[in-house]
Amino acid sequence: MTETLPDSLRELPEFPSPRAAGCPFNPPPQQLAAAAAAPLSRVRIWNGSTHWLVTGHAEQRALLSDQRISADEKLPGFPYQNAAGQEGAKHHPVTIFNSDDPEHSRIRRMMTFPFTLKRVEALRPKIQQITDELIDRMLAGPKPADLVTELALPLPTQMICDLLGVPIKDQALFQRAATVAVDRHATPEENQRSSQELAAYLAELITRRMTEPGEGWVADLAERVKAGDTTVPEAALMGIVLLIAGHETSANMIGLGTAALLSNPDQLAVFRDSQDPKVLAAGTEEMLRYLSIAQHGLRRIALEDVEVGGEVIRAGEGLVFPLPVANWDAEVFPQPEKLDLHRDARAHHAFGFGIHQCVGQQLARVELQVVYGTIYRRIPTLALATDIEKIEFKQDHFAYGVHSLPVTW
Amino acid sequence: MKIIIDQDKCVAAGQCVLAAAAVFDQRDEDGVVVLLDENPPAELADDVRQAAAACPASAITLAE
Repeated sequence: MTETLPDSLRELPEFPSPRAAGCPFNPPPQQLAAAAAAPLSRVRIWNGSTHWLVTGHAEQRALLSDQRISADEKLPGFPYQNAAGQEGAKHHPVTIFNSDDPEHSRIRRMMTFPFTLKRVEALRPKIQQITDELIDRMLAGPKPADLVTELALPLPTQMICDLLGVPIKDQALFQRAATVAVDRHATPEENQRSSQELAAYLAELITRRMTEPGEGWVADLAERVKAGDTTVPEAALMGIVLLIAGHETSANMIGLGTAALLSNPDQLAVFRDSQDPKVLAAGTEEMLRYLSIAQHGLRRIALEDVEVGGEVIRAGEGLVFPLPVANWDAEVFPQPEKLDLHRDARAHHAFGFGIHQCVGQQLARVELQVVYGTIYRRIPTLALATDIEKIEFKQDHFAYGVHSLPVTW
Repeated sequence: MKIIIDQDKCVAAGQCVLAAAAVFDQRDEDGVVVLLDENPPAELADDVRQAAAACPASAITLAE
């Protein structure tokens, strides 16, 4: 009768838990086991606090789209990612990540306009061109090459620079600062200094665009500052959010995705041999489902009592949503451990669900469709230049991926 | 089939346009949903159901 004991007297699993050795693409076995037993369970996180672990696909969908479930990290009992998150929550400015509607919607609607399907589709030729140029450059260079630095990182960075409207002459500076801001080998001070440099740069660019015409999201935001809809610091912060979110995530899907496809050559052949946009689009959804790089769970807190999956979540209780586990829910995705580019994977939660679902998802889709549809076709002999066991995976990062991917051809 | 959209709820994820571009569009200024056809032909019914199911903000309601 352990169910009746309070959490303090129970042995609860720790979250996050490690992936199994030798299975770098599978969600952690302990979380899959919890999901197999029940769609909701209890876990303990780093600071000893206990929360709901929502593993069922249907339950994640219901709760992530429920207005009684909040992203407000200032509420007591919030399940913080780590100590830095808990400390930072006290003075974080309001962003799309930590707000609920209507405030969330006010900010989000100033960030969404570059990502409409029409605008993103219009970028497809440019994405193709940059991808081809980066591959040309890699092929002309020495072997082995690191796919992460040659292709996975520069493509999304270049695209986000274009979308924001960063002038060509500033792009090198901007990309350098963006790289250092997320570089794990940099000190926390260096990371922070680069973030501040970026914010200062964006604030200056937005201010300049208030009097000098320009293109892209920054020019649009400058108009909105003039109209009194937002302020320069708030706009600069939104720009940072777009940059950080749009930079490493697509890069991880390219690097990790290539590692997964090289381990599943029959599936790599689907991308290599097809020029059909429908096949590339469906295959990309399956890659998103199978890899689900946002690995450490979305965090929320209940504002009111909510009944779901046979449990009652009480007001004030924290919730953790491990997206990879719901994307391996066999009720929705039969044989989830099988990478199958021909399955219908569109119901995946790789971009989350509810009002916070990824702002840049349509750009990510087109970037991935282009890269997956190009690289294996252009380099049919592409192979790992090392053993898969020697590849270093981003176990402790919010977004899973590979630090580098040595390849040859 | 009749479609009702709620522009206040919409979060401009673009899922509906991805599923059924003949029925849904997005406003240029913020990506919010625009309904192109509130009584789409039967052959689009599956795409429209997919759009409603994929909407992360529950902004699409179907009356069948």
